[in-house]
Amino acid sequence: MVEERKGGAPKSIEELFTLLDKAKELELEDVDIVAEELALEIVPSIVQAAPPPAVAPPAVAPPTEELVKAVFKPPVGKYAAKIAVVQIGATGSEGGTRKKVIKIGGETVPPFYHFEGVLPHRPVIALDVFDSPPPLPKTIKSYYKDVFKDHVAWVRKCIDEFEADLVTLHLTSTDPSAENRPADEAARFVDKVLDQVEIPVIVGGSGNPDKDMLVFEEVAKVTEGERLVLASVTVDMDVEKAVKAIAKHGHNVIALAFLDINQVKELNRKLLSGGLPKDHLITDPSTGGLGYGIEYTFSIMERMRMAGLMGEETMQVPISCAATNAWVAREAWMPADEWGPREYRGPLWEITTGLVNMLAGADLFMMMHPVAAKTLKRLAEALSKPKAEKLVKEAVYDKWVTMKA
Amino acid sequence: MAFAAKLIEREKKIEDCPPIFEPKYKAKLEGLREVLRPPVKEVTIGVGDRAVTIGGKVCVYRHELTWYRPTALFFDVTDEAPDEEVMKRVKTVESFEYERIGAKIRLQGIAVRCTSGDRDKFAKMVSRISEASNLPLVLCSYDPDVIEEALIVAGKRRPLIYAATKDNWFKMSKLALKYECPLTVSAPGDLSMLKSLAATMRKLGLDDLVLDPGTFVEADMLSETVNAFTMLRLAAIEGEDKDLGYPLMAVPAAVWLNPEKNEVLVKMRESYLANLLIARYADLMIMHSLDPWVLLPILVWRQNVYTDPRTPLSVKPGLYEIGPVDDKTPIFVTGNGALTYFLVKGDVERSGKGYLISIDTEGISVESSVAGKRFTAEKVVEALKSSGVEKKVKHRTVIIPGKAARISGELEELLQGWRVFVGPKDCSGIPEFVEKVWSKEVKLE
Repeated sequence: MVEERKGGAPKSIEELFTLLDKAKELELEDVDIVAEELALEIVPSIVQAAPPPAVAPPAVAPPTEELVKAVFKPPVGKYAAKIAVVQIGATGSEGGTRKKVIKIGGETVPPFYHFEGVLPHRPVIALDVFDSPPPLPKTIKSYYKDVFKDHVAWVRKCIDEFEADLVTLHLTSTDPSAENRPADEAARFVDKVLDQVEIPVIVGGSGNPDKDMLVFEEVAKVTEGERLVLASVTVDMDVEKAVKAIAKHGHNVIALAFLDINQVKELNRKLLSGGLPKDHLITDPSTGGLGYGIEYTFSIMERMRMAGLMGEETMQVPISCAATNAWVAREAWMPADEWGPREYRGPLWEITTGLVNMLAGADLFMMMHPVAAKTLKRLAEALSKPKAEKLVKEAVYDKWVTMKA
Repeated sequence: MAFAAKLIEREKKIEDCPPIFEPKYKAKLEGLREVLRPPVKEVTIGVGDRAVTIGGKVCVYRHELTWYRPTALFFDVTDEAPDEEVMKRVKTVESFEYERIGAKIRLQGIAVRCTSGDRDKFAKMVSRISEASNLPLVLCSYDPDVIEEALIVAGKRRPLIYAATKDNWFKMSKLALKYECPLTVSAPGDLSMLKSLAATMRKLGLDDLVLDPGTFVEADMLSETVNAFTMLRLAAIEGEDKDLGYPLMAVPAAVWLNPEKNEVLVKMRESYLANLLIARYADLMIMHSLDPWVLLPILVWRQNVYTDPRTPLSVKPGLYEIGPVDDKTPIFVTGNGALTYFLVKGDVERSGKGYLISIDTEGISVESSVAGKRFTAEKVVEALKSSGVEKKVKHRTVIIPGKAARISGELEELLQGWRVFVGPKDCSGIPEFVEKVWSKEVKLE
């Protein structure tokens, strides 16, 4: 059942979206990082020499007109380890059929510390696609209404129009408490979609641990070699069994823990010791939306990334963040005049949830609202740019004091 | 010793030990202050009940201890704007209050920008604002003469001066010394100059400083801004660089320097960049937009990230009576996360009344605690029995959160003679649920 609404998306947000397309400031070329460009240090700038004082300074430290000379040296941290690079999708020569692959991870320094090292891969954005019409907030539903029944068109819209890097195919129809679609049927559905699209995909289950196991087994088998991501393996599942089913067909896994760093460690250790290669593991500590536990997620991700760089094996993997959880917050979707239009609040809530977790170390973002997804992608590109000292030196900043805004 | 340990853990303040303020301990007090001085100095702007203290940071990463002194939000006005408009803005900032998780969230102050270049005009506006409000002020001009004219009328209010730069620092430092006001040093895009200026001010005897490394908001320079803020905070705390051990100023309002046509987009940008800068150590921010939808995410993120990570915000587990309860009042069960509790409490209130049993989920949300086995059927039974609510009502029904639906079967088995209702997934649906489901199904004469 697709809910039909007259009038489509609210005018303001359509306009917003169109303008986002055109917003020149946000149009960045793809970041293609070359290592030698990045072997940077802070070059100490020359301190302006002030004219020497006309008379010899008196003995008791008086104010002089000379600046104290100083050179700023950034404190550069040392890290023992590296985050694994996870490749999503495999090309023909690699045993798959994808035309494009995506790599995440590979960090050797904390998030966006360009003064300490090179960031090999920027964070990526995955938009959600559902195999059965989902209960989406109205602000989002209007963007996808026309493709609810055509999943290939839905995927293409996410990629071509909304510029997502990849998509997550959520097999919500397999939920035993809903449609209870059989696992083999769901796997054939995934295979059919893969036949018609060129990008790599993430495949999500229904969240029922028993059924997800069956679904993952079938999907992994049918799509062997495609190097998909299966989401998610949790502590409620037979982890070793899941590893066997998934790893033998060459896929990646998102390991989902529940806001508990020890659980993250336990789960990841089980996966790794069960035979999942480190470069096939993505970790998700659970995302609390803005106002709904985001600070736990932020701090857990920061701790995980730091621990990984310091040598903790189970944390040396890319981090996934479900920015979509922002929509749990009533501030994101509830009509409330005193808070202003929800058409603005919603995407802003999702952007913020993603952005602060990006600063904490997340590499992969699950998203729903097209404007939020596109904005966060632009931010990922911007933050991944190596240093722009020269631009900054020439930029007009001090005029904010006198600007006519 | 115990007191000393608490001082270091920042659970107690020097003020909690009155004897040390006796004159004979003056030297010891100063010594203690020096020992306890946080690597990012505390700087107070303004006087009276709206004065705000910024800085006071002792760790780079929040999880290492706690971030103290939430980012202060200042909103700009200009000396050329119509009086009525300025006063309206000032009053909006002053009276703004948003209640969330039992806390009243406010905005901190006004940044007066001199756009006229006319010192009398600027001083007049500053004087007008100081008379109308006791909000702390930032005085913004690079012209020391303009700043002094304003300090003559408002210097006693301890405004923050913006800014000493490589060109005007000598005169600005004299003003800060003469009027005993905090001073911003600004060296956009040049951290060596910033350090140099700060070191110079320190040598001249100034210690209430704020650092402005420049907020470059354009996409091709954003990473530079993030890096500058990060490096400065690392240098202050991990590098123990005393010259840089001061609060950081960020200016999200800079998005208006070069705005795209669509205002909504600019406002969105101002909002999420403010949140980026809060995450990257801004201690004070100057903002332009005052729309609630722009501010809401900032206020929520600021509140969230400035909580103590060692203790999740929670309420005491147990029975709470909401409204004029009687023996026909429904019983609700929820977790004990502060946010969960206050949201559910608000919605039960809207529905009329209710017994609300908060079970110990260690401050975690219902959804996560169901998944993490902190919200279980056994725990609900135990909380229900020990609350004594059974004696207070005639019915034998309990409403559990929609997000805890999966425990309903087990709960009915354990609670013989009770009927378990699965409530709405979002507690905003409680009033409707009570009216349309619970009241119809539970017949009480």
